[in-house]
Amino acid sequence: MSEPLQFVFDVSGENFTSAGEASVTVKKNLRMLGFAPDIIRRVAIAMYEGEINMVIHAGGGVATVTVFPDRIEMVLDDRGPGIADIELAMREGFSTAPDNIRNLGFGAGMGLPNMKRNTDSMKIESELGKGTKITMTVNT
Amino acid sequence: MPYKHSVSLNVDKCRGCTHCLKHCPTEAIRIRGGHAVINASRCIDCGECIRVCPYNAKKASCDKLSDIPKDKWKIAVPAPALFGQFDNLDDMDYVLSGLLDYGFDDVYEVARSAEIVSDYTRRYMKRKDIALPVISSACPVIERLISLRYPYLAGNLLPILPPMEIAAMEAKRNAMAKNPSLKEEDIVAVFISPCPAKASYVKNRTESAKTNVDFVVSISDIYFELIGIMKKQTTPVPVSRTGMIGLGWASTGGEATAVFNDKYLAADGIENVMRVLEEMDNGAFPELEFVELDACPGGCVGGVMTVANPFIAKARLGSLRRYLPVSQNRAPDGEAGIPDELSVKDKVEYSPVSLGEDMNTSIKMMSEIERIRKLLPGIDCGSCGAPTCSAFASDIVRGDASIEECIVFMRKELDSIRNEEKSSGGSK
Repeated sequence: MSEPLQFVFDVSGENFTSAGEASVTVKKNLRMLGFAPDIIRRVAIAMYEGEINMVIHAGGGVATVTVFPDRIEMVLDDRGPGIADIELAMREGFSTAPDNIRNLGFGAGMGLPNMKRNTDSMKIESELGKGTKITMTVNT
Repeated sequence: MPYKHSVSLNVDKCRGCTHCLKHCPTEAIRIRGGHAVINASRCIDCGECIRVCPYNAKKASCDKLSDIPKDKWKIAVPAPALFGQFDNLDDMDYVLSGLLDYGFDDVYEVARSAEIVSDYTRRYMKRKDIALPVISSACPVIERLISLRYPYLAGNLLPILPPMEIAAMEAKRNAMAKNPSLKEEDIVAVFISPCPAKASYVKNRTESAKTNVDFVVSISDIYFELIGIMKKQTTPVPVSRTGMIGLGWASTGGEATAVFNDKYLAADGIENVMRVLEEMDNGAFPELEFVELDACPGGCVGGVMTVANPFIAKARLGSLRRYLPVSQNRAPDGEAGIPDELSVKDKVEYSPVSLGEDMNTSIKMMSEIERIRKLLPGIDCGSCGAPTCSAFASDIVRGDASIEECIVFMRKELDSIRNEEKSSGGSK
């Protein structure tokens, strides 16, 4: 097989209003490729939550989406503060988002659980002070 | 079955400029061989290209008034937007009488059926087993967009036929009740339409969901006939049976406010509508219960087959509605569900336009599109005949275009050839 199809997004932490744009682009591309609606929705949700998380907590990062015929892989890599307790962070309702973000309707503590729920596998690698790397796969 | 369209091109008038190319919301247009070409599998009949064409080369194809057979019992079924076209109109009966004077045997306002649809919508919204928000099914462009792009929203469409279809049915029934000697085949219902999308709707009705509309003529055609006739009128025949609600359907928000539910959204203009659909498809606005989407700016009054400016038409309709009863048409009491004859039978199916035949081919093609896109200038000038550099890249990969058609790319190539010649010449 030739080079896999890959999309790389520089998710900016500067501009909160543009958060979620990578997810929209991925969705459009997957639609054009002809993936089933259910697959597209799951990727779009997982991607959206991950993107928002990078913007809120890590000041942005890089999202890489690789499309294989049998799976879609998403890697979200940031240089943020890292996650102190991954198990706690995975708990529904737990959030460390600041008040101003909560006022916008984010920070309900559903981001990571939603990502887990919508993907077939999810791996979190995080180091305090260094950053976080989340790898998610959706089998098609 | 391929979708039948009502927006077409007059090749003789088309100069191959980029106006329609740039404004087509689904990127269905390309310039090939010096003129526009519309891709039928992408076109949604919204009429944007007709609206922006400076040479009037795009046209909405519907029936001509002369197509209507003289020997039939002809019923005019005017869209509510028709009443917003006339200056200083204080009574809808002038327009309806004008239609009778023109030669129609009978009239039946679509607005009457709109009031029935509003009534059934209110009842439908009380059900607990429906997908919220309910999306209006009155604008045919929205239904087509959903089938092409928004798979999750098909189940949210209001399962009630659009008012014009119900009006045509009621009009025929009414005529036969008044004149028992009339048979159904003797009657033709002529819908007076603000837009080509409604003409397409009629063309695409299926065997299992037949249409009662026999002819679709444009508001603008009938308008020019009516202004002359209406000038001669003294006292009109009192035939109008429409209330505020029915007439309100002509502009954005009219249908939504008639649901009597505060949790609604009403958007108009194709770009706005697509943004709303996109967000809804992503699962946004969970609190909404009713969504009215109109492809034309201002709602049906903004249709490309109308004459008046949509905002002027809206203001006129506002004053016409001023002393009308709230509603003059009601669904029969005590009926719980939507009667079978008013229900939508054919389900909207998700049928997207995808890249390749299978996933492997699609992925390869998209990798290639990405590679080519990076070679292109990204200025979306349209000179190649595609609306954007991305669209051009996918045209190349599909085999419909070649990269030499990009003038910016070619100039760069030329420059590099020239530079090579210069440097090899200088080193001698």
